[in-house]
Amino acid sequence: MIQKKSKKGTFIAMACILAFLALIVLMENLTALVPGAPAVFKPTSQLFVVLKKTAVYGLAAVSMNLLTGFTGLFSLGTAGFMLLGAYTYAILTVPMASKDQVYYLFGGSAVKFSLPDLFGGAETLPGLVLGVLIAIILAGCVAAAFAWLIGLPVLRLKSDYLAIATLGFAEIIRAVFQWQKLGPITNGANMLKNFPIFSSFNIKDAGGKVILRLSTFVPFLVATICIVLIVLLINSSYGRAFKSIREDEIAAEAMGINLFKHKQLSFCISSFFSGVAGALFAMYATNAQAKPFTSAMTYEILLIVVIGGIGSVTGSCIATFLYVACSEWWLRFLDNEIILDSGAKVPFLRAGFRMVVFSVIIMVVVLFFRRGIMGTKELPDLFKRKRKEGAK
Amino acid sequence: MLRIDNLKVSYGGIEAVKGIDFDVPQGEIVTLIGANGAGKSTTLRAIAGLVKPASGRIHLQGEDITGLSPDHIVSKGITLVPEGRRVFPDLTVLENLKIGAYLRADDLEDDLKWVYDLFPRLKERSWQAAGTLSGGEQQMLAVGRALMSRPKIMMMDEPSLGLAPLVVKGIFDIIKEINRQGVTILLIEQNANMALHTANTAYVLETGRLTLSGTGDELLHNEAVKKAYLG
Repeated sequence: MIQKKSKKGTFIAMACILAFLALIVLMENLTALVPGAPAVFKPTSQLFVVLKKTAVYGLAAVSMNLLTGFTGLFSLGTAGFMLLGAYTYAILTVPMASKDQVYYLFGGSAVKFSLPDLFGGAETLPGLVLGVLIAIILAGCVAAAFAWLIGLPVLRLKSDYLAIATLGFAEIIRAVFQWQKLGPITNGANMLKNFPIFSSFNIKDAGGKVILRLSTFVPFLVATICIVLIVLLINSSYGRAFKSIREDEIAAEAMGINLFKHKQLSFCISSFFSGVAGALFAMYATNAQAKPFTSAMTYEILLIVVIGGIGSVTGSCIATFLYVACSEWWLRFLDNEIILDSGAKVPFLRAGFRMVVFSVIIMVVVLFFRRGIMGTKELPDLFKRKRKEGAK
Repeated sequence: MLRIDNLKVSYGGIEAVKGIDFDVPQGEIVTLIGANGAGKSTTLRAIAGLVKPASGRIHLQGEDITGLSPDHIVSKGITLVPEGRRVFPDLTVLENLKIGAYLRADDLEDDLKWVYDLFPRLKERSWQAAGTLSGGEQQMLAVGRALMSRPKIMMMDEPSLGLAPLVVKGIFDIIKEINRQGVTILLIEQNANMALHTANTAYVLETGRLTLSGTGDELLHNEAVKKAYLG
């Protein structure tokens, strides 16, 4: 009986996810399908920039939530693991033809292959899909491997000490990747570019005209698959063990849960998905360089997790969209000076005012939603409660 | 069944347990009574593997389990109901019970039914967050969670702590029932009266040493015990 119910829930969740992905494709191609579509659906619209960034940051936020919200480990290494993912992806997918151009300061690359080229080049479908897919998975694996290594000493620390140690790791990694001696691999302090990006997935006809846009769909597809995997993990017996560690380490240990092993597992899996998010970030930014992966990026993601609710996957997803949309789109008008017909300037509106308003909004949210928008609830829980009340 | 030989445990430089020997025979209820700081909890924590003994041996059915990690000890069949209940407050009752069975891969249905039969109240509340239960219900859940690992020996650290006398009586009735169903029980208590009425064998622990032993009835009528613990 219980199982039947949850099967139905799974079915509904799957249907919603598929409908959502279909909606993304539809929105992307709306202008091509309906000539009079609103301007917001034009391919150059800020909407799609926001959506792409939402997919990338959403995955990063959910992966951080797995560690912070479900295992109770407060790590600030997210940007470091994303950097590892971004570089791994970029190094493995820069096409052979552009290697000399990209690595011109170092006389070519030390990596004598390119994953898309191994499958026939990034211009062909198998080359693009297989090459990118394998590179993304390897990006996650590299991040997870580093997490395993630093987890050995670091996971014996607790709360703030763990946060400080992981933050230090992220800063060290950023410095190492800019080291000139590693230039033949990482291109030193210069950026890596020319690798397949989201718009490489747009389907073009022979004349090079785009017939089906998939550049927003692809990041959402990858992020969705990863988030579904994380949700499955959270609902498995491992997920229960993670949650028990979060709630009470001593009781969890007394129940026979090996604390270190499970913390290490959660840390590696979380870092794997941070690495994947890093690879997506490189595709989103169309280049890979160490500069954006600062601690500020980790704080942005932490902020999203806190606003969405520590311990809520759907909360993180919703908060990502709201956060990215506010910071990149909805509040843009606050940065523009407006001069009225009378010649008077509207007070306060000038470059930088956006960030002031944004900070105030965040403070208000944190004050009035102490446990985030969703607390530890998930989106379906909200419907469940309503149904139960209706049944009574 | 469980044999403790010359067990010593220290925290930093301070010796909390100063060499104790005792036996827990199969199928019995054994209790350690003593005042605060006598080393009762430390003894249980050492048996559960949560602290490493400084010296001494712990044998389970002839097998040396000294210094094994807690997860190995649970899988050998020793489980601990920790002091202060320590249920997982944000998880549901059912999730709490499932975590108790974490190390077992086999089917849980029979054991869930067993625990729900012992504590019908838990079944009613299986979808409720454990933190919303009353103290007595949380103690039931802590016991049920420990039973989910199918223990040979269940160790209980102060099950009466902070509970109303009537609830305490209910808990002790359940302990006897669980014991009757074949689980050996090692119980530590400050509530000496209740513990001695329940136990087959009892030991008195004072500042890290065992000072008295006997059957529950013997100790109930012992003048020194009466004076110190029964009032």
